[in-house]
Amino acid sequence: MAEIRVEHLRKAFGDFVAVQDSNFVVGDGEFFVMLGPSGCGKTTTLRMIAGLELPTGGKILLGGEDVTMRRARERDIAFVFQLFALYPHMNVRKNIGFPLLAQGMPGIEIRQRVEETAKLLRIDHLLNKSVSGLAGGDRQRVALGRAIVRRPKCFLMDEPLGTLDTEFRDLMVHELRELHNRIHATTVYVTHDQMEAMSMADKIAVMNHGVIEQFGTPREIYDRPATMFVADFIGSPPMNFLGFGGGLSKGAREIVVQGAKVAVPEVREDIAPAEMALGIRPEHIRFDDASKLRGAIYGTEYLGTTQIVAVETSGGIIKARVPAEIRLNAGDHVGLALSSARLSLFEKGSGRAVRTAIHDAASQGRAHHG
Amino acid sequence: MSLTSAHSVVAPSAISKRVAGTIIVLYALISIVPLLWIFATSFKTPPDSIAYPPKILFQPSLEGYCNLFSTRTRQTPEYINSLGPATGVCDETVRKRNMVIAGPSNFMPRFINSLIIAFGSTFCAVFLGTLSAYGFSRFKVPLADDLLFFILSTRMMPPIAVAIPIYLMYRELGLSDTALGMILLYTAVNVSLAVWLLKGFIDEIPREYEEAAMIDGYTRLQAFWRTVLPQATTGIAATAIFCLIFAWNEYAFAALLTSGTAQTAPPFIPTIIGEGGQDWPAVAAGTTIFLVPILVFTILLRKQLLRGITFGAVRK
Repeated sequence: MAEIRVEHLRKAFGDFVAVQDSNFVVGDGEFFVMLGPSGCGKTTTLRMIAGLELPTGGKILLGGEDVTMRRARERDIAFVFQLFALYPHMNVRKNIGFPLLAQGMPGIEIRQRVEETAKLLRIDHLLNKSVSGLAGGDRQRVALGRAIVRRPKCFLMDEPLGTLDTEFRDLMVHELRELHNRIHATTVYVTHDQMEAMSMADKIAVMNHGVIEQFGTPREIYDRPATMFVADFIGSPPMNFLGFGGGLSKGAREIVVQGAKVAVPEVREDIAPAEMALGIRPEHIRFDDASKLRGAIYGTEYLGTTQIVAVETSGGIIKARVPAEIRLNAGDHVGLALSSARLSLFEKGSGRAVRTAIHDAASQGRAHHG
Repeated sequence: MSLTSAHSVVAPSAISKRVAGTIIVLYALISIVPLLWIFATSFKTPPDSIAYPPKILFQPSLEGYCNLFSTRTRQTPEYINSLGPATGVCDETVRKRNMVIAGPSNFMPRFINSLIIAFGSTFCAVFLGTLSAYGFSRFKVPLADDLLFFILSTRMMPPIAVAIPIYLMYRELGLSDTALGMILLYTAVNVSLAVWLLKGFIDEIPREYEEAAMIDGYTRLQAFWRTVLPQATTGIAATAIFCLIFAWNEYAFAALLTSGTAQTAPPFIPTIIGEGGQDWPAVAAGTTIFLVPILVFTILLRKQLLRGITFGAVRK
């Protein structure tokens, strides 16, 4: 197993820049997820790490070794494809053993390793079956088997659960994470599904338009989104944005939104007057008639334990996640109280988060920052 | 059941099925009658073969096959009677016509020429076609579209249109009447078909297979050999049959460029007519034997061929 270090990685296809200036480090044994909408450059980044695509610029280091321009087969990595890429003309045993055959390993040893791997994945009863008859989850396990049988430096996975149905997906998410906990393989996992990312990752990079918008733990990304894109992309429903104008000065603890004063985490930088946005997660909103921030109920979405309530305010619709027991009628006027400690502030123009007390509190609590 | 009734909306009705069946049977009959006629003629005696009205029922004879494989000389009955007893069926048949067998005919060597040239050129065309198709399918080839169009354009005129330049070129190069020359020529004609057909098949095979193999430690050529080729077998089989049929049946170039050592069966078979009257049974026998290799090859590959031909249609 090895650390993956990506430095100033860049890839252009003609005029189109798929990845620009990516920098990140995946620690040895870490489960790293690249998350983003389709076309954001996450798969291209993965393919460059694999050696299936050569970068236009930058460096890729695997376990300290520069492999930027090396061939895929010289990198000692394993790749799990979205469509699994199981060879239809070989049975399960041959599929799993295929990478070992390339190394010229003796047949007896291959057999042994394949059987060990199959046992680990609980597919030892399928070894002599043809791959074309397998169910989705088993195909996935065979694909994983082909990856882990070689004990490579790292695993790269390109939306490996993308084609499975929801039920299988949840199961495989747990299985993958459990497998990772057992073998501690450095893993880079690409997905557009935030649930997969949040539930499996040690570290996440959120990408958009070829740029890494934020790199951090799932908690950091959810609680302290670095950009409005991240805030909007993560969370269901996503973060609410309330527009307000004016600058901010260091030490400010209060802003005015829609005529209501809202306490915010202490601002730690000066911002020249501009269009700003206050970001608040739906679950950090309570109903409080004392609040000056008011709106009318527009609709509700009942989810069993909670409900999502859309409230129409003078600044647009705000979604709140509140306990399911509260009885609400469309058109009711309600006051909205925001949990001040959990608020984020953004510059609307750049989408960048304003530095506040929540960032400093976080970086004090950790040895290194993302 | 609602499922069956819903199904019957799209499924053909019993009547239209029967009509379609009848049309297919009729068409098959029309197509096969000439072949059956040739097959029957090959077992007739020369008088039976030109009898009018044509004989449907007749006494089968091997005279056609005997004449096909032998050259004969006419002798006086006294001379024939002076010979010992006939040494075989053919000897006996021939003696009845006051002839004796002088030696083997040229049919076997010509037939072997046909086999060598047709299979050789098919192998070359499919080999080159597979590699080029893979290249066009997987790599960014500069001017790929123009090149593919150029390759296709070699098919846009009848090959015989370039017969004279090729004849002159071959004479200069010493390739006239050589098996190598014919193999090169048929390969050149077939390779365009092979590239186009195979490119379609290879495009359908996801790149992930080779990419997976290359990550797993194989070179591109190994990945191609172990993952792409096995999945392209249907396409390769279909392409091979098309190429083989062309090379096997080709007449015009063969007649023009081969006359002796490298002559193939198609230009040879008609020359049988001239030897000792119009020997239709011998011609028919030659044609019948000529059909066998293609028949065997097609039957061997018919599964792949059927899948190959319907491949794109079913998938898209």
